Amino acid sequence: MELMSLTALELGKKIKGGEVTAIDAVRDALSAIEAKEETLHSYITVDREGALKKAEKTQRGIEAGELTGPLAGVPAAVKDNICTEGLRTTCASKILCNFVPTYTAEAVLNLEKAGVVVLGKTNMDEFAMGSTTETSAFGLTRNPWNPEHVPGGSSGGSCGAVAAGECSFALGSDTGGSIRQPSAFCGVTGLKPTYGTVSRYGLIAYGSSLDQIGPVARDVADCAAILETIASYDRKDSTSVNRAGVSLWGEEGSSGGTGADGYDFTSALTEDVKGLRVGIPRDYLGEGLDKEVERAVFKAAKLLENRGALVETFDLSLVSYAIPAYYVIASAEASSNLARFDGVKYGYRAEEYEGLHNMYKKSRSQGFGPEVKRRIMLGSFVLSSGYYDAYYLKALKTKALIKKAFDRAFAAYDVILAPAAPTTAPRIGESLTDPLKMYLGDIYTISVNLAGLPGISVPCGLDSRGLPIGLQILGDCFQEKKMLRAAYALEKAQAAEGETADAQLENSISPDKPRKDFRMQSSRKCFQYMGLGRRDAVLE
Amino acid sequence: MHRISDETIDYVGILAKLELSPQEREQAKQDMGKMLDYIDLLNELDTEGVEPMSHIFPVNNVFREDVVENGDEHEKTLCNAPARKDNSFMVPKTVE
Amino acid sequence: MSKQYETVIGLEVHVELATKTKIFCGCSTAFGGEPNAHTCPVCTGMPGSLPVLNKKVVEYAVAVGLATNCEITRFCKFDRKNYFYPDNPQNYQISQLYLPICRNGGIEIETVAGKKTVGIHEIHMEEDAGKLVHDEWDDCSLVDYNRSGVPLIEIVSEPDMRSAEEVIAYLDKLRLIIQYLGASDCKLQEGSMRADVNLSVREAGAEKFGTRTEMKNLNSFKAIARAIEGERARQIELLEEGKAVVQETRRWDDNKEYSYAMRSKEDAQDYRYFPEPDLPPVVIGEEWLAKIKSRQPELRTEKLARYKKEFDIPEYDARILTESKHMADLFEAATAVCGKPKKVSNWLMVETMRLLKEAEMEPEDISFSPENLAKLISLTDAGTINSTVAKEVFEHIFREDTDPEKYVEEKGLKTVHDEGALRTVIQKVMEENPQSVEDYRNGKEKALGFLVGQTMKAMKGKANPGLVNQILREALKA
Repeated sequence: MELMSLTALELGKKIKGGEVTAIDAVRDALSAIEAKEETLHSYITVDREGALKKAEKTQRGIEAGELTGPLAGVPAAVKDNICTEGLRTTCASKILCNFVPTYTAEAVLNLEKAGVVVLGKTNMDEFAMGSTTETSAFGLTRNPWNPEHVPGGSSGGSCGAVAAGECSFALGSDTGGSIRQPSAFCGVTGLKPTYGTVSRYGLIAYGSSLDQIGPVARDVADCAAILETIASYDRKDSTSVNRAGVSLWGEEGSSGGTGADGYDFTSALTEDVKGLRVGIPRDYLGEGLDKEVERAVFKAAKLLENRGALVETFDLSLVSYAIPAYYVIASAEASSNLARFDGVKYGYRAEEYEGLHNMYKKSRSQGFGPEVKRRIMLGSFVLSSGYYDAYYLKALKTKALIKKAFDRAFAAYDVILAPAAPTTAPRIGESLTDPLKMYLGDIYTISVNLAGLPGISVPCGLDSRGLPIGLQILGDCFQEKKMLRAAYALEKAQAAEGETADAQLENSISPDKPRKDFRMQSSRKCFQYMGLGRRDAVLE
Repeated sequence: MHRISDETIDYVGILAKLELSPQEREQAKQDMGKMLDYIDLLNELDTEGVEPMSHIFPVNNVFREDVVENGDEHEKTLCNAPARKDNSFMVPKTVE
Repeated sequence: MSKQYETVIGLEVHVELATKTKIFCGCSTAFGGEPNAHTCPVCTGMPGSLPVLNKKVVEYAVAVGLATNCEITRFCKFDRKNYFYPDNPQNYQISQLYLPICRNGGIEIETVAGKKTVGIHEIHMEEDAGKLVHDEWDDCSLVDYNRSGVPLIEIVSEPDMRSAEEVIAYLDKLRLIIQYLGASDCKLQEGSMRADVNLSVREAGAEKFGTRTEMKNLNSFKAIARAIEGERARQIELLEEGKAVVQETRRWDDNKEYSYAMRSKEDAQDYRYFPEPDLPPVVIGEEWLAKIKSRQPELRTEKLARYKKEFDIPEYDARILTESKHMADLFEAATAVCGKPKKVSNWLMVETMRLLKEAEMEPEDISFSPENLAKLISLTDAGTINSTVAKEVFEHIFREDTDPEKYVEEKGLKTVHDEGALRTVIQKVMEENPQSVEDYRNGKEKALGFLVGQTMKAMKGKANPGLVNQILREALKA
């Protein structure tokens, strides 16, 4: 199990160096899963045999010198809305409870090519609609830091599994914050790439214009390395952007280059933030934002400033319009994307029905959970005759304005620093009672999807209850590297802070003793809560 | 305040192919009304002359060439079917 | 019926494009094959699959737009049309509503009433649906997605037509244009061209249009004509009875010659169109447009003029030949091989047309190669076979695309030019028919014909008729 407390890159290095094998790594992950799943339920499906077989094959490939990448042999989990051939993919919904894809998503193929071993499929909010992973038809996932709390969502299974050491890293998907918010709640690092960077082929669509697959990992370097592996220009996804191109949006269109310099995200991992312009949106602060979270964000800002970054607050504007615009667009797209689940081609069909339309209605009504139905109905309504202009078109115009607001912000700042969520992880059962209130929790993450921007969620301390706090660093479109540099520098600064044992600062936000870094802290804390047999080895 | 009528909910049910129990219906009316009230916030925003943005990047003309790439895939196509017959998906009769 | 009524008709014509692959995936568009053999995750709406546009579809659509005098939309998008039906695997169809690829065109038609222009409101690209087969045994329907995702263009006319005759003329013109472009084979029976008829009636002289209905399931020109008459009569009857026409979609039953409303309470007809997020817009720049323009083939009117000039064939013949692109292509290809336009034209106009009629086939169904027709003409010209044999051989070419040279050789059909052999046969014929010899010698010219016939029969048709004539005359004089 020690292997699962390493970062993916550290583990990859050990495997490459022959210290351990891919099989050891998978076995460690599987025994962690065995030990913790009963409590946490991060996974919907664990592919024990498949993973072990794959690990053996991968190990042979590594020994033969065929697999040389930094992630070769590393075991990972995949969110259950990403198709895996021969491995059940459910979207955490009854309607897909028996669906076995006949093809594998491009992002997962890219992982497999790099020698990553897929362990299984992680739990999520049904069809990625939710912020708590409580809407899963397969039962909720618990936060490894405190099982009374939610892990966030919708990629709660992926983030929980990474935090609990049930895999080395995971893939999640982010439509309105579904990677960044649960990463913050689980004390892990999660990245949502610029729209079009990772192929959506094989990602079961929720809001097609907003969805992106991204990594969930133990630190920034892992995120960069995983992104480098999964990002690709995919001809099967027409919205995929060729980032290796030279020109900015070719004349005749084509799918032109972006002017961004390629896919080598790991090259951005330098600590140098001297002169980096960092903006903090004033509109994200104050009302609604938990004081402890706010303090942690400012503390992080201070760390960057100490290293030479130029930090200031600014008015982003339009913040309160992002959520309504998002719910119109995402629900509308979802109502159409989820129409295909009808009991004809795959998935659940009601047992009793009379005639075709009744079969549709029964299968869908029994197959979808309340939150999904809520959004499908809202989406159908806003697109229906007579309402399209007032709702959908209005939302698309709002989206244009929000994009402009970010364009202005990124003219002045290299990156934006913001909280990932207004609070830390709520208790189980607290959120679902009032959907609207739950939606409001996405306020800091949602506009990023509307504007297509990249964002990374980085842990920045614990609250007084010992729950992780996360912050987001946002970049302009295709500027992942700037964003990664800032995140990496922050992470290093946090670690250094830990080493100097600045007890004053630490004590203000955490009851715990100063720690070396959040990653290790995360694993230890989790193991403590889980009362696991081998915790002594981890707890020094 | 948006009041969602029974007719509206029934109509949306037909569009979305969802059948709601009486309790679900009442809940749906309330939820949708609340959401629409909230969405009305957008009306504060002056969007006069703003071009609706359906695609975030000015990418265009993404094509494939007219070349056959796929072979006979009927088994893959049908393997998840809830009901099948003669290599086809079986559904309730579509005509009277 | 005391009042005079005018029928107002607009058409929505769906044409299956002649691409090798479907509009959004690399599956074959070929007809036939087991159900669902030509399918993949994209055209069966598998979760996670995404569409990628076939470039050829755009080029065909633009080509049709140019040939029908449309404006080409330089920035066009796809939209989703949402409705539930099992032939539609995603339960939405990718189509175009807001920015269709072509707009504001029109074509000229000609009927006995004269020439007129029928406006084309728009042409848009979309995907075809799968096929439903009704299974009586299990009392269910079976879905086959082989046709799902086959590219279509929908050509929407203005309500400019006033009679079935005009509708047929419009469809025929459209069919010819599209066939000439090679964009589709436009076969109504096979469904590669389908027309929905929007029809309303109004009192003659009225300004406002009446309420229209849309009729579907029309799969022949005859059915279209009957449906127009039937629906016109139905609407007039309603109005005469003081009832209102309901705007609705109706299904034409050609056997019962009546249309039925397709309404259902589950059918809201509210398609909730919105821009397709999975497909970026299509931008047709100057360069691309110029390229498509430069590739536009010669259309029928141009061809007609050229045939008269270049091949010196009569207007009537040129019209028949260009009536079908396939026929015209055959004509040009055979002419190119044998260099005898008039003879090629003759074979196509007479024998080919006769055989087509006999077999109840369309010119598009001709399957023989121009090379074999050209060879046949060369064989006849060289005197290798005579015209009777040639007709017989042609039937084989028509049916099986037989190589005439091989066939003539194998069956020993070559004309006999050996005078010695011929004389022996003629001698024998004369001996066997003394009465006819007598008659001829007594001045009955007709008897010669009989003797020629008998000789040809004895020669199994392979003799050179001129030579037979000449030798017979000589022998009879003796």
